[in-house]
Amino acid sequence: MSSFLSVRDLVVHFPTVDGVVKATENLSYELDRGQTLGIVGESGSGKSVSSSAILGLHRGTNAEVSGEIMLDGVDLLKVNDETIRRKRGREVAMIFQDPLSAMHPYYTVGNQISEAYRVHNNVSRKQARARTVEMLDRVGIPQPDRRVDDYPHQFSGGMRQRAMIAMALINDPGLLIADEPTTALDVTVQAQILDLLQDLQREFNSAIIIITHDLGVVAEMADDVLVMYAGRAVEYGPTKEILVHPEMPYTWGLLSSVPDVVGDTDAKLIPIRGNPPSLLTPPAGCAFHPRCDHTDKVPGRLCFTTLPELTPARAGGDHTKRCHLVNPDEVYAKEVLPEIAPEMSEEDA
Amino acid sequence: MFAYAVRRVFAGIIMLTAMSMVTFVMFFASPIDPAQFACGKNCSLEQRAQVRKGLGYDQPVWKQWKSFAVGVFKGRDYPEDKSLRESAPQLVAHCAAPCLGYSRVNIATVTEEFKDRIPVSSSLAVMAFLMWIAGGIALGAIAAITKGSIIDRGVVGTALVFYAFPTFFVGLFLLKFLAIKWQIFPVPNYISIADGGIGSWLTNLVLPGLTLALFYMAGYVRMTRAFVLESMGEDYLRTAKAKGLAPRKILFKHTMRAALTPLVTMAGLDFAGLLGGAVITETVFNYNGLGKLAVDSVQTYDLPTIVGLVLLLGAFVILANIIVDILYAFIDPRVRVG
Repeated sequence: MSSFLSVRDLVVHFPTVDGVVKATENLSYELDRGQTLGIVGESGSGKSVSSSAILGLHRGTNAEVSGEIMLDGVDLLKVNDETIRRKRGREVAMIFQDPLSAMHPYYTVGNQISEAYRVHNNVSRKQARARTVEMLDRVGIPQPDRRVDDYPHQFSGGMRQRAMIAMALINDPGLLIADEPTTALDVTVQAQILDLLQDLQREFNSAIIIITHDLGVVAEMADDVLVMYAGRAVEYGPTKEILVHPEMPYTWGLLSSVPDVVGDTDAKLIPIRGNPPSLLTPPAGCAFHPRCDHTDKVPGRLCFTTLPELTPARAGGDHTKRCHLVNPDEVYAKEVLPEIAPEMSEEDA
Repeated sequence: MFAYAVRRVFAGIIMLTAMSMVTFVMFFASPIDPAQFACGKNCSLEQRAQVRKGLGYDQPVWKQWKSFAVGVFKGRDYPEDKSLRESAPQLVAHCAAPCLGYSRVNIATVTEEFKDRIPVSSSLAVMAFLMWIAGGIALGAIAAITKGSIIDRGVVGTALVFYAFPTFFVGLFLLKFLAIKWQIFPVPNYISIADGGIGSWLTNLVLPGLTLALFYMAGYVRMTRAFVLESMGEDYLRTAKAKGLAPRKILFKHTMRAALTPLVTMAGLDFAGLLGGAVITETVFNYNGLGKLAVDSVQTYDLPTIVGLVLLLGAFVILANIIVDILYAFIDPRVRVG
């Protein structure tokens, strides 16, 4: 059965004067309508770049994009510019991190949202305005008929992001890509926005890709999670599986670094040592090896020489990981879990 | 908004008053004795004193200024000195309110001097303005869109060349080749619309207008290019693209709108400055505008004309500033108060 969205071996390279920046390498994932995929990774891991490729935002730049992106049976990388332009905002929409800079300061919010509607629908200004007010109401903006004539700087941060969501969903897209939608907002507003997205997903049956560096958001919203590192998928599978049985040291590092607010609040924070790798000259072999604490458990010097393939996890199913460790679940249970959640390590997780 | 404009106009009037005072002080602070200058080379002491009295320069500076200021509202009679007026009533000149002064050099009130010259300078300013705005913005936008290409580099390079050439050179060059040698245009001579109709008014303005325009255009090309490029890097353009907007719509509705705002400000101020006359261009093409008047009045130590010009040009610039600020509030909603 083919999925609504199917990305296969997506490659995005940026040729620069210093060399080729390999922002995305052989990325593959699938997503159905009504489902949410969380893409997690550090800054520079290729999360945004790979998702921008779905909308064709790299066209016209000097980026080299190859692979396959099938959306509802159409390969988005093979269509011409006019076709992809018609799909943007209608079949697939994107919302960005900072809603203030994402909107034009000189036009009213209503104008910009109506614009999104009128690009794809041949309606009068009045009809577009009515639809805009309806969407603003749907995303929870009070007094939408008055706020529709306000300018972006007159909205609060949370309301601006709601307005952006209204703008993205006004044409009922099948796929919504949310690039760090809550990073610029405070935590209480963040919860509201996530609730809103989930409501709208239920209502419109849209597929959602949520890009974030926050595992809490992933745990809350995502059905599947894709962990990216140095432009590649390093762990991919159902969220429940990955959060409980993670099998890649980078994922362990991400989970360990989440501060514990209920347990021992005096405990030290556990960061992942080192820095994100250069995408211009990534490390040989496994890109994570300079920061990995478990390379000694792998025979030979495999981690330093050979890039691991995506292989199924121990528990099987749809869970895959890119690592040379042969018994990650044991390593996890013995070394990592006691650090993250001491009270859980006794249970059979 | 209205209250804001009124406040600004009021402040402008105060500024103009201060400017007139400063001009008076500066005039008399110069090392050259204006009475001596007016009198000429072979001037005896008595003649000089007489000239001084006739011109009113024997009064203290503040008193002269006061007469001037009062005269602006009530009108004045010249010469100042009552005894001189009575002795030669046929030489008395009456300057009706608002009286900006009477120029002994040109034997006319300052207002009369302005009357014929203002249209000349204004026409020149308008012509040049239209040319440089149209050319500058269009070329600047093209350069920004084709950034890095040979078109971009060509446009920017040419702009730099024209910016570097002095206006007298460009003016003479155009005059020599386009008007005299190849006779594409008539030798420019200012003809008002009333005299020769719009057609000849326009044709006679092309060359001097172009001279000025080329200079300003160069700056505007560079600035438009910079503003458009800056605008192109903004996040809201990415949103516009992600919505599926056509490239041309993105360019005009989103990119250019943002880039034009700072340009409007600068254009307004440049235009206002130009209304006061373009000295070199007017001299090259022998146009009797305010610029030429300014140079002449300084060279002949013609205080009343100098003061009149300072106030007129000052008023233009102050007014332009106010208009531009108010305009900005209409363009950029973030600037509006309340």
